[in-house]
Amino acid sequence: MAVIEQEARTAHEVAHRESFWRRYVFSLDHKVIGIQYLVTSFVMALVGGLLAMLMRLELGWPGSSWPLLGRILPQGFPNGIMNQGFYLSLVTMHGTIMIFYVMSTALTGGFGNFLIPLQIGARDMAFPLLNMLSYWLFPVASAVLLAAFFVPGGAPISGWTAYAPLSATPLAGPGEGLGQTLWLVSLAILIVAFLFGSLNYITTVLQLRTRGMSMMRLPLSTWALFITAILSLLSFPVLLAAAIMLLFDRHAGTTFFLPAGAVIGGKTITAGGGDPLLWQHLFWFLGHPEVYILVLPAMGIVSEVISNNARKPVFGYPVMVLTISAIAFLSFLVWGHHMFVSGMHPMLGTAFMTTTLIIAVPSAIKTFNWLATLWGGKLRFTPAMLFAIGFVSLFVTGGLTGLLLGQPAFNMYVHDTYFVVAHFHFVMASAALFGMFAGLYHWFPKMFGRMLDERLGRWHFWLALPATFGTFFPMHFAGLAGMMRRIYSPQMYGYLSGLSGVNAFVSVSAFVMFVAHMLFVVNVVWSLAKGKRAEANPWQATSLEWTTSSPPPHGNWGERQPVVYRWAYDYSLPGSDRDFVPQTVPAEVAAPAAVQGGQ
Amino acid sequence: MEHPGAEAPEVQAHARHGVAVAVLVWAVTAAAVVATVVATKHWWLPPVASTQGMAIDRLFLVVFSIISVVFVLVHLLLGFTAMRFRQTSAAQRAAHWHENRRLEAGWTIATAGILIVLTIFGGSLWLQVHGSPPSGAMTVEVVAQQFGWQFHYPGPDGVLAPVDLTRDSFRSPLGIQRAERGAADDVITNELHLVVNRPVRLLIRSKDVIHSFYVPHFRFKQDAVPGRVTQVWFTPTRTGTYPIACAELCGVGHFVMASTLKVETPDQFEAWMASPGTR
Repeated sequence: MAVIEQEARTAHEVAHRESFWRRYVFSLDHKVIGIQYLVTSFVMALVGGLLAMLMRLELGWPGSSWPLLGRILPQGFPNGIMNQGFYLSLVTMHGTIMIFYVMSTALTGGFGNFLIPLQIGARDMAFPLLNMLSYWLFPVASAVLLAAFFVPGGAPISGWTAYAPLSATPLAGPGEGLGQTLWLVSLAILIVAFLFGSLNYITTVLQLRTRGMSMMRLPLSTWALFITAILSLLSFPVLLAAAIMLLFDRHAGTTFFLPAGAVIGGKTITAGGGDPLLWQHLFWFLGHPEVYILVLPAMGIVSEVISNNARKPVFGYPVMVLTISAIAFLSFLVWGHHMFVSGMHPMLGTAFMTTTLIIAVPSAIKTFNWLATLWGGKLRFTPAMLFAIGFVSLFVTGGLTGLLLGQPAFNMYVHDTYFVVAHFHFVMASAALFGMFAGLYHWFPKMFGRMLDERLGRWHFWLALPATFGTFFPMHFAGLAGMMRRIYSPQMYGYLSGLSGVNAFVSVSAFVMFVAHMLFVVNVVWSLAKGKRAEANPWQATSLEWTTSSPPPHGNWGERQPVVYRWAYDYSLPGSDRDFVPQTVPAEVAAPAAVQGGQ
Repeated sequence: MEHPGAEAPEVQAHARHGVAVAVLVWAVTAAAVVATVVATKHWWLPPVASTQGMAIDRLFLVVFSIISVVFVLVHLLLGFTAMRFRQTSAAQRAAHWHENRRLEAGWTIATAGILIVLTIFGGSLWLQVHGSPPSGAMTVEVVAQQFGWQFHYPGPDGVLAPVDLTRDSFRSPLGIQRAERGAADDVITNELHLVVNRPVRLLIRSKDVIHSFYVPHFRFKQDAVPGRVTQVWFTPTRTGTYPIACAELCGVGHFVMASTLKVETPDQFEAWMASPGTR
């Protein structure tokens, strides 16, 4: 537990002493809570990643026998061959875990907690106790979710979207009994955690900024996390309500989502008034903003990392803030693009198409701004920078296919095919993951006081980027050829038989990608033990977190909180002798006008 | 400091890695382009067989061309910045500019312009696809259930008898009461047969959970939602046999929920309708 030793050493220097439990387990310190969120998310990522590997095993070589897995997982692989119900529970749990229990928790819970107080010059979050509760709901929710694998019937098979009526009655299939109930309860618990967190972030950013830290001086990572918190606060309650309504349908005899006259598993629904589309509207009202809950923090992190490693101010800062806000606002108006073929009125399809294509404008502006930030810079290729560049590539690749999917007429063809799987694995899954790695490589020294190994970090990137393209790019072709998602095997369909080579290639690339990301785990373990000690500001960065020690002491700053005199992007300021000017340097020092004749 | 050879190892490393990153980004782009070219021959949209499908394919080609060009340009640019602006000497200094109103307005307007055009094209095609069917259209009811499809034809009298899925049984498929008006000659099948060039109006419903009626060669998909009847139409343009698939996750048998669509000449269709196996 090198993490703990490292923290302990710094904590010694702080005046007041707390017990081990209070400091590292039930901690009120935002930094510890942030790290707890990250570590727990990584454990869940390992689970979610392994589930994906099992899926790829089936899809690459459908119906093959894997005797070893048959021995390890006799329920899922009777006689060594994966069973269909187990495949669908992998689909469901992989999506659920990766979206809610890895990306959301790591990016907002992890980076949000760690970065916000440090970047705004606060000593902690506004509500530390609420913060601790927010974290502790996360492992509880995770345990409830994973328990679904071990109950009779197994984990739910209805996908991460849990469309009713498949998810609304135990008669609809295996896993739709206790497994689905646990899924819903777990999600409800996690949503409460997100809400606690969001309230905290919003209050902290609005109330606890240090002297001189106006909103328009905030680093873009904090801006992104702040807007994301607002987005979470407004959208997650809708899913919470939907989850509770679905629990009522399942256990209290209500029929919010069950239509009269449906006959499921031999049982006729008699009570009227329910509509399966209501679930979809409620689900996607969160589900779409959720995409941006993942990608906005990644965008903020990437803006930060690119500017720092280009040694150049971020291009178009006010527009960056504006586009984050615009994307967040528009994300509430596009949910219907998931429902073009659902039976929703076609006129609504036109409206949602329009809002969907509008949201491409701020997204494109952000991409141009990153390129303009790189243009004319003095680029350093740290692992953080490599992953930030990877983010831009993946985000663009996935974003562009959004223009095809946003066309309802074409969407009719590729909806629920691998084309969609390819699209979102680029634009939000891989891109957000790369953004997260950019952030981890960048702030790891601040978190743990040790440098990550650069060479291993570069290897991680060099393997991960091609493997990510190798995994998800060919999925476009499978989708264009008409391969449905969430099918256990495409062998039923003659027209898909030409895809077996593509599917096997995707699987092999996915395995390489998994190994590549494992390099990060190796790097973390090695660096915590043996890594070079980090100085306060190893990247010559400007924002406030780099003005305190690595890791920062309890309370973040010494006697006095820092005072801010400038924005977070004074890189390569003309007239300044160094190529960065921290936010704490008074305006008269290193200001172009003041130093012209001097120095 | 003036001589490149005298740079610190750290700076030399950044200079090297900049080239490497550019090469990687370009290589990935080139691989993506080559793979796509190969894919157009082997793993592409299956041959189209409906009028709506042809219009959708045209829209696809337009949008696909635009995004392909943007994909390549952005990646070329990304690789170029890595190469051109990599740190090569310790004395090098980055530029300080961070605003350019004209440039920003330019790319915003250009992007918005392209998207407005796409919105107009896409919106009109969508409304066309979902317009009301021509008067001569034949009507077929499509009923989905875990894990198969049934097709309900009105028979010679042209009257589609009401279905009652709560009374669906082996003796009265789809719960149709044969004594009811117009029900005696109704035909229920497991395969969908259509007449070439004759528009067809489908009434899509589900008995249990959500399914999705998917005909890849028609570029057509529509969810079957229990509790509602969704009306859609299209016109098959080529005779042949085409697969029907379920595209919405509907349970463990989702992957086997297939059927067959046969597009036939009017004579073939009538013969099939009249054959004892169909009745």
